[in-house]
Amino acid sequence: MFHIHCPYCDEYREEEEFHPRGQAHLARPATPDTTTDDEWGGYLFFRDNERGIHHELWVHSVGCRKFFNITRNTATYEIHETYKMGERPSVTAENLPDSQHQSGVQAATSGWQTVGARPESASLNQEEQV
Amino acid sequence: MKRYSGFGLVKHAMSHHENWERQWRNPTPKKQYDVIIVGGGGHGLATAYYLAKVHGITNVAVIEKGWLGGGNTARNTTIVRSNYLWDEAAALFEHSMKLWEGLSQDLNYNVMFSQRGVLNLGHTLQDMRDIQRRVNANRLNGIDGEVLDAKGVQDIVPILDCSKNARYPVMGASWQPRAGVARHDAVAWGYARAADSMGVDLLQNTEVTGFKIRDGRVHGVHTNRGDIEAKTVGCVAAGNSGVLAKMAGFKLPLESHPLQALVSEPLKPILDTVVMSNHVHGYVSQSDKGDLVIGAGIDGYVGYGQRGSYTTIEHTLQAIVEMFPIFSRVRMNRQWGGIVDTCPDASPIISATPVKGMFFNCGWGTGGFKAIPGSGHVFAATLAKNEAHPIAAPFSIDRFNSGALVDEHGAAGVAH
Repeated sequence: MFHIHCPYCDEYREEEEFHPRGQAHLARPATPDTTTDDEWGGYLFFRDNERGIHHELWVHSVGCRKFFNITRNTATYEIHETYKMGERPSVTAENLPDSQHQSGVQAATSGWQTVGARPESASLNQEEQV
Repeated sequence: MKRYSGFGLVKHAMSHHENWERQWRNPTPKKQYDVIIVGGGGHGLATAYYLAKVHGITNVAVIEKGWLGGGNTARNTTIVRSNYLWDEAAALFEHSMKLWEGLSQDLNYNVMFSQRGVLNLGHTLQDMRDIQRRVNANRLNGIDGEVLDAKGVQDIVPILDCSKNARYPVMGASWQPRAGVARHDAVAWGYARAADSMGVDLLQNTEVTGFKIRDGRVHGVHTNRGDIEAKTVGCVAAGNSGVLAKMAGFKLPLESHPLQALVSEPLKPILDTVVMSNHVHGYVSQSDKGDLVIGAGIDGYVGYGQRGSYTTIEHTLQAIVEMFPIFSRVRMNRQWGGIVDTCPDASPIISATPVKGMFFNCGWGTGGFKAIPGSGHVFAATLAKNEAHPIAAPFSIDRFNSGALVDEHGAAGVAH
């Protein structure tokens, strides 16, 4: 379960209070009258669907009910930051140096057993030596 | 390939079943093939099989980064049905259903297809109106279906709580008697064995790392075992289709989500059909082994981790216990997640792409298993003739720009 920091409430709350609303920073075509079918299709349906760093829109639906953005790794499920509407992300796939996070591929050397949330303690993921 | 038969079983019993031949070879990749299929799940293997069998194209490689049928083919709830609303989708899924009905004989492999019927429950007046509309549409398309009232549902599933006391009382259901379940692994293995016997190379542990594209035309793939050339490449990679499309330089109208399912401890036979409810959000059947097979919904966020969230499981089990109070103390054995590629209109994509010679078969979302034979059949025709099979034509990527969507959210719903 995600523990999400709502930038408006300034509090960590559980995932169940929130609702994901898909990819963030989608700009509606500014000139609808001259926008082509291909551009409309792109705006309405085509998404980055990134494996790795993904900026997405969430709503604190049973909290303050405000929309905000999350930068999250869709392979490891690590949340890098949350930020308000109108702001730009400070963490992006380009400025994150760790290649493991960028590719989003499970790295055997990292000691993680599964692709998923980073455990609070690394020892949780160590298999017992028999 | 030696045919499987009752006689063979007896013969091998004499030697303690120690001399069965391997079901398929483990070949080294050739330099060049006529067709490369990326993705060795049910859909990919079925495509290879029908390419060889129907179109006589046997110089085919199936490239799989893990092992055959190890992705969503091994991670679904194995429900097969064809009661879709729109003509385009009904044609596709009914085409598949007809192939299912002869599949075990066709493949000489027991896929354990059991036509035990599927109930789609209605809990509100609107549910019942939608069910009526869908059943009528099905019948016009020659697909079997009946509308049942609560008593009719109770007769089929005595353990279902059809009383008025439920939070969402069952008002009725649609019933497709020809629908059912099949053994998921056997489907992948059966197609793999049959395709291999006709000369198809199944390359496991081979990961595509890029595409060779020159002048807008595909010439092959780069893999971790070297480059392989082909003029025709079909990508059938479910949740990872978007990643492949990115390698080839275009976007797909897909989002990948984790979808999870779980099975209980084995029980004595108690449920002899499939019960699905879109309204309370859960579906359940009982496998031949005796486990209850329960399907949950997708997590709402984009995710590539093959596991789902606990809130989703909890929500699903609430629905199951609401429908079947008798299951309240059943213990769950295993839970797993697969990555499903969902389309905005809940219909698949079987299409050419901006890259010449490259085709995608994806976007099956939460309900691809039932379509494996039909999807493979029409996709093989599309690859062989270089133009869309008539049944596949409405499922082109172009529909997201033209607006000719095939909106199956009602028939697909969460409960696929």
